[in-house]
Order: sequence, then structure tokens, then C-alpha cells
Amino acid sequence: MNTLQRVLALAIKELLAVLRDKKSRIVLIGPPIAQLIIFGYAATFDLNDIPLAVYNEDRSVPARELVARITGSPHFRLITAIDHDEQIAPLINNREVLLVLHLGPRFSEYLKRGKPAPAQVIIDGRNSNTALLTLGYLRTIFTDFNIEWSRQHGLRGPPAELQIRPWYNENLLSRWFIVPGIVGLLTLVITTIVTGLSVAREREAGTFDQLLVTPMRPIEILIGKSFPGILIGLVEGTFILLMAIYWFEVPLRGSLGALYLGMFLFLLSAVGIGLMISSLAVTQQQGILGAFLFLVPSVILSGFATPISNMPEIVQQMTYVNPLRYFLVILRGVFLEGDSYALLFNQYWPMAIIAVVTLAVAGWLFRHRMN
Amino acid sequence: MTPMAAKRMRLRGMVRKESLQILRDPSSIAIAFVMPVVLLLLFGYGVSLDARNVPLAMVVEQADANTASLIGAFRHSEYFDPRPFENIQAAQKAFDLREVFGIVWLRNDFSRRLLSQGDAPIGVIVNGVDANQARITEGYIQGVWQTWLGDFARSQGVELQVPVVLEPRIWFNAAVRSRNFLVPGLIAVIMTLIGAMLTSMVVAREWERGTMEALMVTPIRIGEMVVGKLVPYFLLGMGGMLLSVAMALWQFDVPLRGSFWALTAASALFMLVALGMGLLISVVAKNQFVAGQVSIVITFLPAFILSGFIFQISSMPYAIQVITHIVPARYYVAILQSLFLAGDIWPIVLSNSAALLVMMLIFLGLARRKFHKRLDA
Amino acid sequence: MANTAALVFGAVSKTFVAGGMAVQALDAVTIRTEPGRVTGLIGPDGAGKTTLMRLAAGLLAPDAGSIEVLGIDVVKQPLLVQSSVGYMPQRFGLYEDLSVQENLDLYADLQGVPKRERAARYRELMHMTGLAPFTRRLAGRLSGGMKQKLGLACTLVRPPRLLLLDEPTVGVDPVSRRELWGIVYRQVRDEGMSVLLSTAYLDEAERCDEVILMHQGKQLGQGTPASFSEPMRGRSFHVSAGSIGKRTLQGRLSAAPGIVDAIIEGEQVRVVTAQGGMPTLPEALAGIEGLDIRPAEPIFEDAFIATLKGGQAAVTQPVADLATRSVAAATDDHAVIEVKDLQRRFGDFYAVKGVSFRVQRGEIFGLLGANGAGKSTTFRMLCGLLPVSAGEVHVAGLDLRYAAARARGRLGYMAQRFSLYVDLTVLQNLRFFASAYGLGRARARQRIHWALDGFELVEYANVTSGDLPLGYKQRLAMAAALMHEPDILFLDEPTSGVDPLARREFWQRINALAESGVTVLVTTHFMDEANYCDRLVIMAEGEVLAEGTPADMKARFRNEQTPDPTMEDAFIGLIEAHESAQQGSAA
Repeated sequence: MNTLQRVLALAIKELLAVLRDKKSRIVLIGPPIAQLIIFGYAATFDLNDIPLAVYNEDRSVPARELVARITGSPHFRLITAIDHDEQIAPLINNREVLLVLHLGPRFSEYLKRGKPAPAQVIIDGRNSNTALLTLGYLRTIFTDFNIEWSRQHGLRGPPAELQIRPWYNENLLSRWFIVPGIVGLLTLVITTIVTGLSVAREREAGTFDQLLVTPMRPIEILIGKSFPGILIGLVEGTFILLMAIYWFEVPLRGSLGALYLGMFLFLLSAVGIGLMISSLAVTQQQGILGAFLFLVPSVILSGFATPISNMPEIVQQMTYVNPLRYFLVILRGVFLEGDSYALLFNQYWPMAIIAVVTLAVAGWLFRHRMN
Repeated sequence: MTPMAAKRMRLRGMVRKESLQILRDPSSIAIAFVMPVVLLLLFGYGVSLDARNVPLAMVVEQADANTASLIGAFRHSEYFDPRPFENIQAAQKAFDLREVFGIVWLRNDFSRRLLSQGDAPIGVIVNGVDANQARITEGYIQGVWQTWLGDFARSQGVELQVPVVLEPRIWFNAAVRSRNFLVPGLIAVIMTLIGAMLTSMVVAREWERGTMEALMVTPIRIGEMVVGKLVPYFLLGMGGMLLSVAMALWQFDVPLRGSFWALTAASALFMLVALGMGLLISVVAKNQFVAGQVSIVITFLPAFILSGFIFQISSMPYAIQVITHIVPARYYVAILQSLFLAGDIWPIVLSNSAALLVMMLIFLGLARRKFHKRLDA
Repeated sequence: MANTAALVFGAVSKTFVAGGMAVQALDAVTIRTEPGRVTGLIGPDGAGKTTLMRLAAGLLAPDAGSIEVLGIDVVKQPLLVQSSVGYMPQRFGLYEDLSVQENLDLYADLQGVPKRERAARYRELMHMTGLAPFTRRLAGRLSGGMKQKLGLACTLVRPPRLLLLDEPTVGVDPVSRRELWGIVYRQVRDEGMSVLLSTAYLDEAERCDEVILMHQGKQLGQGTPASFSEPMRGRSFHVSAGSIGKRTLQGRLSAAPGIVDAIIEGEQVRVVTAQGGMPTLPEALAGIEGLDIRPAEPIFEDAFIATLKGGQAAVTQPVADLATRSVAAATDDHAVIEVKDLQRRFGDFYAVKGVSFRVQRGEIFGLLGANGAGKSTTFRMLCGLLPVSAGEVHVAGLDLRYAAARARGRLGYMAQRFSLYVDLTVLQNLRFFASAYGLGRARARQRIHWALDGFELVEYANVTSGDLPLGYKQRLAMAAALMHEPDILFLDEPTSGVDPLARREFWQRINALAESGVTVLVTTHFMDEANYCDRLVIMAEGEVLAEGTPADMKARFRNEQTPDPTMEDAFIGLIEAHESAQQGSAA
């Protein structure tokens, strides 16, 4: 009874301490919204309006038709048409265009004679990802053109056709991938900052000593201090979730319960890590630095922007201790793949273990790290 | 003593004091030298867009020589790790459990249609959740398919009729290694962070420790204080910068095609911008805690997302494209990617350097103006 | 030039906006100080002392009025002023990661001291401050007193014509305080320097040539210390009574009408009356035998209190009966706190080495010592905040190592800086501590009511604690520590930074608690406060130098030069004896 009362009192106090301070209220509300908007719109791999120059030496109808197919696509934007070789290099070098499409003078002649007509494409490879994606868009356009040309001219098409179907994200929208990830990213940042400073702040103000001389046990302090982090995380998480569904229109296909179970376990582990950082830090300065040193790698090594499977084996193994890694799978699984509890079991238990370990260490540090 | 001599003496005193403090305080050395190494290693290896050994489920309902040659083509590609599955149900289960990224499904009429009508479907399902990864994988699959088509036609003794062939030539990065463009961009992100972090706390620290009040009552001028603080941190930051370039060249094998001097000059300019930004934050915040937090939020995240380092600026909504113009890292990323991969492209180097110069003047000018010798102003 | 005033303030006002409220830091202050003199700026917390200093140094601009330093207009030419004044802020920011020499070099560079003059000046300063053996030591490794002396040396590296010192002796032990004053006077004598010095120690006012008394931004007077204390002649008395203790006597006197101030001084009670002559006070003094009332030599503090309080009684309101229950009378001989061979090691450094003492129920027990003497470490171990390296600690009969939570339930703790949750209101703080100590609903309500009433916090109940005036913060901290009616109260430097008025009120409450049987353990560096203790220990370098009653301690240092030694004399004597003993053993 006493324990419950004490824990509750501490939880309420913690919450009041965070919410009554104007500065921390702003930190809790402003940056997450700004980041949600900026991430949501800016963090996209989808390419629009790729600047393009056309060097068409063959003014025939089929050549013009091919060019029109490319310039008519929303992915490309014609910047200029050029008429000799020397113009190519400056355009690409100075990044005025990303690619130059070159159709030789005998393009239509080859085409009409049924010989493979070469269409040369020069792409700026300084951003290799953009180059590859651009190439992918071009391939699709060329394949469509070829199939249609073959049909119109009674040519034999290729003996086997690829029928590629992307599941869960039929139009391959980057945003559907990034926005659910932001739910995980921002709740992690908020929770770590809220809890990462909670002990350090009390230490600086001297109130932690005051707390330690009360009959509260470390476990009670631990639970009381975890509460606001989890509550604030849940509220912000829910807010971003709603924004993802209604503002960014990402489909939610799976079980909301499964998502919240994941969120709860994720918040527990984030709180555990935050409190661990906090009890190690003597000053808020160190708390911030610690939180930062934890956040940067855990975002990079979570699969938020780039897939874990692309990382070297040893780096991949490091990601197993990163709770965000598991929560991102849950988020995307529930949002896009329509997953429910059973399929996500393998994501739940590692987070539970991380939570138990970090919370235990944090509790131990409360009493054993004095001076 | 002449006023000039006094000025020199004050400036030298400030520079020496800051240098001594840097040498005594392991944390600024760590920020300048250890952090770039750790971050470069972490990002350099952790952030990669090159798919390798993508696990693909192979479902062949009726195996024969034709299916074997297609599966073989996948096996020979360095991009894929094909895994045979008995039937589509088993493959789908593995797909749901994320054990495989995609499924290649050859139905039992594949060979018959391949040899007769010539419209044999190759069913491919990819996990579209990660759209970028899915697109790149699609591209690789198309590549495998086209190679196989050519081989198959040759084996049948017929000519493959392709109306138009795409002949791509990727300049500057023929092997399309994502590391070649990520690492130079990372240097920009890391240097933004380090430059801002190094200085964002130095003025705030003086306020907090009470040393500022004593300093302000001496005859020192604000300009001298700013210069005195910048010089040692500039040298420190350039040291970290050189280390990062060295790592890019030798650890990550990124080619440097432009001139080293252009790189150094642009870096020096950018370092001043980053230091100026940190100084401005520090002067305004007056508190290490706020300064640290602000420098992370307003320098690191924009440098990461809005600099064009990883996400293409021209594809962003117009409003956000406008915002990217006030992110200094944007200009530096452009310079770095060109200098490393393309060479001395002067129009890019000069126009972006001009933008950096303007930003430097703005940041340092503002820091100088906001920095008063009055406590209440 | 000789006739130019060192500092002239003409009707200077300065307002700050804090938390949406305008605070008048200085209100039409007019001052003129003559060159070559030491002027003391005296006033309680919030009087505007620091603002005045900063204005004089050109760090702030006045809202109205004119300021001239050495004949120069500060507002117009701050840089010119800054090259001829030396200013030592309250926390002189030494660069702790630079050595003593490097700190000096920096300020010599900034002040433009020519290279060839430096060697001689350094030698002189190092000799004066006694820092010569430590020039290569990092400033952060110096003791509090040495840091303060180094700060002064840096300020004096180019002898300024006006030296501004903002509370230079706060938190400095008595020995270093004496030395700091020595340095200041030497500068005045040798260099003809003018000094403006602010202080919260009223006894230091007596050492100034001239004093400016300030209160809440207003200047209450300017003159020699004697010009303040002389009018008090005939109003200051020493009262003692053989039959009752000094604390009881003080309690009765401070509640009596016509008495402005009653404090314990040595073994007597010092009384300041509202009018000349000692009132008869039939009620307050009834039934006291052996009463001895003698006129006392007036001191500055008498005038200070009398001026600030006007004609009010010593205690504005009777301190409510703080003790709601009486702890069983101290009949048994059982010690409430028992410390045996206590040790605390940090690495290979012994912060506390073999400390032993016993505290009886209802005693006020003091721990005295300079910074770094080990008193805070000892204190933290007693509260269970720091694990014990070796030795035994029993608090309320419980061994802290095994029954920490239970022992903690019986003690109250008030930290040095009134650690409260500054973002919470007064009421929220009290509620939290009531719950943290596991008080039931009814009892919590009753105790919160008691706290708000007893500490006069009712009207502040919904004010955010961070916005409270310092004195009220201290009250709230004390109320919070007493929520659960502890048997033992731990107070860590409870009065540092608090002005003399709040200090008096505070000690009255402590006395009342002790009378009701609560045991109080207190650390302090105010030597005069040691007189409030029943018994005390004086610590240095982790060891107990002496233990006993204040009277015993002082008696050890009674001699011909000092027939009536103060606690400060006793303290300095003990430290010096300890140091010479150490040098003797080292030799």
C-alpha cells in the first residue's frame, strides 16, 4: 500500500516537473512536429522531376515518341535539348542535368531493320542511389516501349516476361516506409531525452539526495521515474500514429493491439536505457551527450533509412541490442503487411529482455553511483 | 605600450588560454578526433544502399533445363542469394516471416510456354515495404532476366529481337558504389556536428563557470574574444577534417579526383561556417545544456536530411527545397561529392563556396553583434 | 586627480524583469566613495549589492542616473573604465583547467602588463597570497580559500585604481578570510587603491573604513561603522542566567515586547532593545534566577538589525508550536547517533579517517570545518547517501548498512541548497514529500496544514517553488524535511546565502524542535552559529580536531590577548595548532 502510494506520488511529481516547465513543454511539442513534417516530406527516395537533357540526332517519329514517353513521365523533366557531344560533359559536371539521353543518327534505321537500336544514357553517378533508381525508371519505360513496338510491328517478343508485383506497397512509395519509421524514431528520441535527464537534473538540483533519504526503495524510484517517460512516449507515439494515418495517409492494415504491445515494450526498453544513461551522468550536460551518443548509432543501425541486411555481418550483429530495430519491424509489419501478434513474436521478446536488463542496471546504479 | 601591441598581447593571451584548455580537456580532443573516426566507421559501414545477397525464394513447380538455367542466372549474380522452396505456400510463409525478400515463381507450364508461345511468365513478388530497396532489387532482377534472355536465345540459336537497347553509362561511379557518395556526404554531416559542438559550448561554458564576468571587465574587445576563441578550434576542426579525408581515401577507398587544395580551401571555409554557427548558438544560449541541445537539433538533423547527402533535394516539395538553402551542409555536400568523384568542377566549387562565404559572414557577424560586454543587453 | 571620487552614483535605478515580474534591483541610489578607502557594501540577500557592483564595472547599463568611476562616465566609456578597475565577481571564474601561473599569464596578457614588469609583480602577488609553492598546480585543485586568493591575485595583476570585490569571503574558512582581508588592506596601504567590497558577514563591516547599508534596492545609510553602531549605545545588552540555558533564555527574550533582537553570543544572549535602556519584562523574565544584565559594546550588527526591523519585536510572529508531539524526554543515556572509527576512501585518498562521536537525544550537534575538511562526507554517510568504507554508524539505533530504509524513515534531511522541485508549487512539493514518506491520507492532510501554517506559507501555497524568495525556500525545505516528524534532523549548511534576518528565524525554529526532543545534526561554516550547538566537533583533513561544548572550545584559547575568545578564534587556533603539529611531524 505504502509502496503504491509512494510510486504514484513520484510518478505524478515527475510528470508535473516535466509539464510545468515551459521550456521542456516546448521541447516535447515543437521539435517532434517539425521533425515529423520535415522527415515525412523530405526523407524520400522517390524521384520526381529528374533533370534531363536530350541529344537526339535522329528526328524520326519513333525517336520522338521514345523521347516523349520519357519527358512525359512525372519522374523526368526536360531541361534542354542539345545538338553536339561537347555539350554533354558540362551539363552533367555542373549538375544541371542528372542524365543525358543520346539517340544516334541511325536510331530509327536500326529500329526499322529489326536490329537492336542503341539508346545511350549518360547518368551522373555522384549519387549512386539516384543513378540506380533513374536507371530503373528508364528500364520500365524502355520495356513498355519495346513491348508495344514489337506488338505493332509483329515482332517476336522475349520468350519469357517478368511479372513483378511489389506486395504491401504496390506503388513503391517511399513515404509508406519512412513515415511509420518516424513513429519509432521520434518516440525513441523523446523518451530518451525525458528519462535521460530525469536523474541528472535531480542530481544537479540536489533533490536526488532528498529523494534517497526518504524510505523509498530503488525499485520504487525506478518505477516512479519510468512512468512519465512511458506515458509521454505513448501520447506522442499515438499522435504521430494518427498523423501517419490521417495526414500522410499510410494504410494501417494490421492489429492495433499488436502495435501497442510493441510500443509498450519498446518504450520500456527505451526508458531503461534512458534511466541508465541518466544515473551514470553526473550533470545534465553529460546526460545530453550520453543520450546523443546512444541515439545516433541506434537510429543509423536500426534499418530506419537503409536496410540492416546491407550492413557488414559484424555490424548486423551489433543491431541485435538495438530496441528500435525490432520496433521498426513491428511498425512496418502492422502498418503495411497487416501483421498480428503471432508473426511479431520474434520482435517482442528481444525488447522485453533489453527492458529487463537495462531497468535492472539502472535501478542498481541509482544507489551505487553516489559521488 | 602601443594600442597595437596591447591588442596583440590580448589576442595571444586568449589564443593561448583556449589552446591550453583544449589540451587539458580530453572531451574537445575527443570531439575533434575520436568522434569523426567513430561516426565515419559507424555511418560508413552502417549506411549502405548497395543490396548484396538479397535472399530470394525460388519456387519451381516443374524443374527442367530451362528453369535450371534461369535459377543459375540468379545464383551467379552477386546481388542474390536464391533459396529453393517446394511450393508457393512454403515460400509465402518464409516471405511473411521476412526470411526472404522476394519470390521468383516458375509455374509448371513455364517451359512449355517458353518454347511454344514465347510468353512464359516469370512471377516475381518483392516486399515493397522498403520502397527504395524494392526498386533497386527490381532493377537487379531485370538485369538478371535480360542476361538470361540473351543466353537463352543464343542457346536456341535464334536472335533475340529487342527493338531498343538501353546502353547506360554511369559517370564518376561506374561501379555504382553507394559508399563513394555516402562517405563524402558523411564528412559534411560530421563536420557540421563537430564544428558546431566544439564551439557551441565554449562561450556557454564561460558563462556557467562564471569566468565570463571576470573576462568582460578586462580591456578585451569582443572582436578579440571571438577571434581568440575561433583560432584554436579552427585548427582543431581542420585536424579532424584531415583525418576524415584520410579515412575516406584509405579506409573506404573513395577516389579523390579533384585537387587536394580545393578540398582544403572549401573545408576551411565550411569549418568557419560551422564554428560560426556554434558560436552564435553559444552566445545566444548562455547555457551549455541548451546550447548542446540546440546544436544537435538545428545542425545535425538538417545536415542529415536536408543537405542532399542521402535524399535528393530536387525531389523534395518546393517549400522544403527553399528551406534547404539555409542549410550550410547543402553547399558543402555539393562541393565534396564533386571534388571527390568528379574532379575540380569549378562552377560547382565556386558557386557553392560563394554561398558558404555569405553564410560565414552572416553567422560570424551575428555572433559578433549578439555578443555584448553587457550582462543585460 | 587626488580629489576625484573613486565612485559616484547619482540617483541610479535599475530594474530587471524576471518571470514576468519587474524587480527593482536598485532604486535611486546615490553614493560617493573617497579614494584610498575600503568601503563595505552591506545588506541582506536581494539588497542589490551585486547589481551595484556590475553597474560600476560597466557590465550593466543603468535605467536612470549617472555613474562615474574614477571620474570617467561608465555608461559612455566602459572600456576605459574597465582598463582601470579590477573586478572580482562573486564566483571568480578561474579557469580550473589552467595552472595558477597560466591563469596569471592570461590576465596579465588581457590587462596588458608589459613582459618585463611581470616577474616582479608575480613574485609579489604569490608571496602575498602564499601561493608561491603552487604556481604549477591546476586552479581546480586548489582549496576554496586558495582559489579565492588566486582570483584576487588575478584581479590585482595590474594594480587597479579601484578594486571591486563582490562577496569575496563567502564560503571561505576563517583563516583564509583573515588572509584575504590582509591582502586587501596591504593594497590600499601600498598602492593607494580604493576598494568597494560587498559582504554578507556583518562582522566584516567593522573592518571597513566606511559602510553603505542597503536593503531591497534602497540605500539606508552611509558612514563609518561606528557612526552606525554608536547610536545603539544604551540599547545593546548581554543577558545571562545561571538557572536556565542560553537557548531557553534567548527564546523567551526574543518573544518579549520592546526587544528588537536576541541572539546567542558566546555563553550569553545579546539583546538589542527598541528604545534606550533595558525594559523590565516582568512576563518574559519572571522566575528566572541569577539573571545578569549588562550593557554591551554596540556593534554594527545591532544597528543593522535595528535599522532593518524598525521597531518591530524580535520575532514578528510567534513561531508556531512546531513540535506537535514530544519525543520521549531524554532520560535514557542512549545515543541517537553513534559513529565509531568512520572512514571513507575515494581511491587512495581518505576523505574521512577514523571519526568517532556520539549524539544524545534532543541535542543540537554541530560539525564545523573548512571546505574539504570532510564534514560533508561524514554528513552524507550519516544520512546513508554515501556508503561507509570502514567503521560503524548507528542512526536511531539502526545500523545503516542493514536497515537503511527503516533508518531513513526516521530522519529528516535538508540539503545545502534547499533542494526542492523548483517546477512544482509549494503545495505539490509538500504533497509529494508526504507521500514519499508514506504518510496516510488523513495524516498527510494534517501535516500539510501544519506546514503551511507553521512556516507561514499559506499565501504561497500555489506559487511555483522556484519563484519563492530565498528565505521562503528555506522554510519550505525545512517543512518538507519535517513532514514525517522525524526523530533526527540533518541540516547541511542550512543558512549559507541566507541573510541575517532569515538566519535568526531559522535558528528559533531549530531551537524549538530541539526543545521538543528532536535531535539535530548541523554543518555550518558560520562560526557564530556554532554557539547555538550543544556540542560540536571541529574537523580538518578528515579528522576530528576537537569535540566538546562551545564554551569548552573557547575556554581552551582564553589568554591575555583574548580574554573573551570567539568561536572563530578557537577555530583558527585549532587549525593552526594542527598545521604546526603536522609540520613538526613532517620535519
